[in-house]
Amino acid sequence: MNEIVKVSGLRVAARTDEGVDLPIVHGVDFSLKQGEVLALIGESGSGKTTIALSLMGYARSGCRIVGGSVRIGDVDVLQLSDAELANLRGCRVAYIAQSAAAAFNPSKRIMDQVIESAMIHGTASRQQAQAKAVELFRALALPDPENIGARYPHQVSGGQLQRLMAAMALITDPALVILDEPTTALDVTTQIEVLRAFKQVVRERGTTAVYVSHDLAVVAQMADRIVVLRDGQIQENSPTEQLLAAPAHPYTRRLLAAMKPAAASRASARVEPVEQEKPLLEVRDLEVCYGKQVKVLHGIDLQVRRGTTVGVIGESGSGKTTLARAVAGMVAPSAGRILLDGQPLSGTLAGRTREQFRRVQYVFQNADTALNPKHSIEDILARPLRFYHGMKGKRQRERVAELLDLVQLPASIAQRRPGELSGGQKQRINLARALAAEPDLILCDEVTSALDTVVGAAILKLMADLRRELNVSYLFISHDINTVRAICDEVVVMYSGAKVEQGERSTFRAPPYHPYTNLLIDSVPEMHQGWLEETQAGRGVPPRIGVSANAEGICPFLARCPVRIDGKCNTTPPPRVRLDKGNEILCHHRDIELLQLEESVPVAAAG
Amino acid sequence: MKSNINQSGSQNMATSGGSGQVAENEWLDNSVPVTAPTKHRRLPNPGGFLGFILVFFWLVMAVIGPMIAPHDVNGLVSDSFFGPISSQYPLGTDYLGRDILSRLLHGAPYTIGIALLATSLACMSGVVLGLVAAASGGWIDALISRVQDAMIAIPNKIFALIMVASFGSSVPLLIVMAAIAYMPGCYRIARALAVNVMTMDYVLAARTRGEGLAYIIFIEVLPNMLRPVLTDFGLRFVYVVLLLSAMSFLGLGVQPPDADWGSLVRENIQGLGIGAPAVLAPAVAIATLTMGVNLLIDSLGGRAKR
Ligand SMILES: Nc1ncnc2c1ncn2[C@@H]1O[C@H](COP(=O)(O)OP(=O)(O)OP(=O)(O)O)[C@@H](O)[C@H]1O
Ligand code: SF4
Ligand SMILES: [Mg+2]
Repeated sequence: MNEIVKVSGLRVAARTDEGVDLPIVHGVDFSLKQGEVLALIGESGSGKTTIALSLMGYARSGCRIVGGSVRIGDVDVLQLSDAELANLRGCRVAYIAQSAAAAFNPSKRIMDQVIESAMIHGTASRQQAQAKAVELFRALALPDPENIGARYPHQVSGGQLQRLMAAMALITDPALVILDEPTTALDVTTQIEVLRAFKQVVRERGTTAVYVSHDLAVVAQMADRIVVLRDGQIQENSPTEQLLAAPAHPYTRRLLAAMKPAAASRASARVEPVEQEKPLLEVRDLEVCYGKQVKVLHGIDLQVRRGTTVGVIGESGSGKTTLARAVAGMVAPSAGRILLDGQPLSGTLAGRTREQFRRVQYVFQNADTALNPKHSIEDILARPLRFYHGMKGKRQRERVAELLDLVQLPASIAQRRPGELSGGQKQRINLARALAAEPDLILCDEVTSALDTVVGAAILKLMADLRRELNVSYLFISHDINTVRAICDEVVVMYSGAKVEQGERSTFRAPPYHPYTNLLIDSVPEMHQGWLEETQAGRGVPPRIGVSANAEGICPFLARCPVRIDGKCNTTPPPRVRLDKGNEILCHHRDIELLQLEESVPVAAAG
Repeated sequence: MKSNINQSGSQNMATSGGSGQVAENEWLDNSVPVTAPTKHRRLPNPGGFLGFILVFFWLVMAVIGPMIAPHDVNGLVSDSFFGPISSQYPLGTDYLGRDILSRLLHGAPYTIGIALLATSLACMSGVVLGLVAAASGGWIDALISRVQDAMIAIPNKIFALIMVASFGSSVPLLIVMAAIAYMPGCYRIARALAVNVMTMDYVLAARTRGEGLAYIIFIEVLPNMLRPVLTDFGLRFVYVVLLLSAMSFLGLGVQPPDADWGSLVRENIQGLGIGAPAVLAPAVAIATLTMGVNLLIDSLGGRAKR
């Protein structure tokens, strides 16, 4: 087959504040055949997006393409005039960005936006374009393909919007489609639906595509060939099977290793619980409302023993952050109790003592905003030392150096401001600030989700080491079940503000699970080809189900549950059931049924 | 793009000094702190430079002006009134034959000093109230805000006239009057800024550490809103100068025989018809001062955006 895209010797440079050109892509070569999907993978800053954009002859402001050539078909993109480029973009080459929400105009109907590029480039009449759009909607497995175009962007979900954006890109039958992290902003359960839709469309239409991502497992499903990038240089360029089975470059091996959380090394760190020991933190029947009637959390029971890690997992909006904030006293619960060492904690900040504040520390998800940009690192770390322990002068300085050492940062960093640190360094400072208080419990809200895989893995390892050394407990919040399974002793699964399953880490390795947990686990991409075709998760939404009028407190997962029981699930609240393996679930099903249903799911839901 | 370059060595982040600066709001930008002029890396633009020169000149004059005045401020030194510019009287003489330059130099501390004090008072009280309101929220916020709203509804000049009419004109009264008139504006800006900074995670972190209101306000929040507050200070200073000049022009400001620049314009207004320098000089002084301040703060704002 002929080569449709050929990139050779591509070099891109950025101009710094001092006016010096700094190369960010150094001489990259690769090519794509007709109908091939090529993945660009690497950490943030490795130049993935820069290369993807230069395929359209575009460089972000401050950057310049300084050398090389990009051929698409028989045109050299870098030689085109602005008018020719404008024609190329959106017609011959289409781009699907990370955030569909930002790409859609909220005040225009979806259909008008989807067919806009076909109208501009005059490739089809309005009727033809609309018919084609509906066909694409159907191919992308969007609900109600005939009428979804009449809606506005805010009336569809994030995953649907992402698929609509794919339709927008494909409407002109472009020679090349560039997908830039199209599912990174989505939950795993949504991601799988989007991936499946993308893959089907790409296969059916024989689209040539460049798929940019940092997630090797996702890329393994989509790509025929993977290019591993680092610091603007190609480390490895191999077919997908070969790269996964026998990575040639050491960096690829590191990346593969970081993707698999080191579960084995953590087993020894497990502290055997003494049965009678009072739990460090106990949450009883917690309920939180925002405003008057919106219950964000209800009926949450939770225990954290000393020196253990409890993981909280659930999709976006399930109330994970709210739970941690309630424990920290930032939001007042409307019912229920929070006990620290058996002592009740006040629901508001004003009602807590300084000692209670010291014992519970919070590490924020976003390291960038959690550190005051006007304070030096020394100020930031010294404050809790003085505030809780009254440390001053030389002792305080020594302790700051110790803390920096503890989180494996050089002491010289103390005089810097947060703006002068990298993301990983900032997150370490965040952790160090929490440790400065010498707490018993650290609440970690998605501490690694803003970080690259390799850096995130290093932070997790650091946290595990610190736990061993200092015997602190963690309440570890994450949306990534692999991370939680790897580092937590106990796992709590949340859905829509309710605790749907709780159990020991080891019990999350094999079924039976709560139906939602099942979906969550099955939706996590696995690092082998063909997983997307094999997995049962995300195979369409079950049909609507009627709900009886007085159905107060019925299962929140009802609408999406593939194994619900009509006449039971939609009328009566589910009971808390203890499975044989020790897990507690919130469901009408029991062990045997769940195990059996496991096999019957595809039949029930695929239809 | 900047962050891309900086993070390109992410595998050894623990040791490398990447400065992955995230785009922040304008007022959170910490690259060129206004409070630490020693760190200025670049010269301000020409307009800003001119503004700086003008402001600096008038500030110096406000301090040393009365000392370097060539003639007695109230002495009827010349026989000719509305005298022209001459080597003896560099800016001419006024309607009584007094030296305008000397009167201008003696007026500088009044105009600049009163305006500076009034603006400082307005800004400080406005900022503190804004911070308290934003940090406390609830009914405290509502109460302060409604009171300020009520005050903002009264036109400044009417308010000033009523104050002077009821209490008579004096320097302390003028200062307090101008401060009260301009405080609600400062309050509004400060509160809006503080509400934004208040939502940042580092403020939440301080709260969950158990910090008190004063610490949160002055250590965590205030440094992050200093630049726009200073910009606002400059703008308000201009308004206060103009208000005070207008009051003096109406004869309700600084009372004779003392005179600020506004009074100088008023005293010599008949000279306007014959183009006497006596009326032009104080007007030019007011104009250069306000323009200078405007140019200076414009250049600061521009650099904040970069
Ligand atoms: N201040 C608020 N006012 C009203 N509703 C809120 C507020 N904060 C959060 N919510 C709602 O509460 C629910 C739970 O939010 P929460 O932040 O706890 O979710 P989460 O599980 O942490 O999600 P994510 O993974 O996206 O961080 C969501 O539906 C959210 O919209
Ligand atoms: S209670 Fe019913 S609807 Fe809810 S998870 Fe269980 S089976 Fe599904
Ligand atoms: Mg959250």
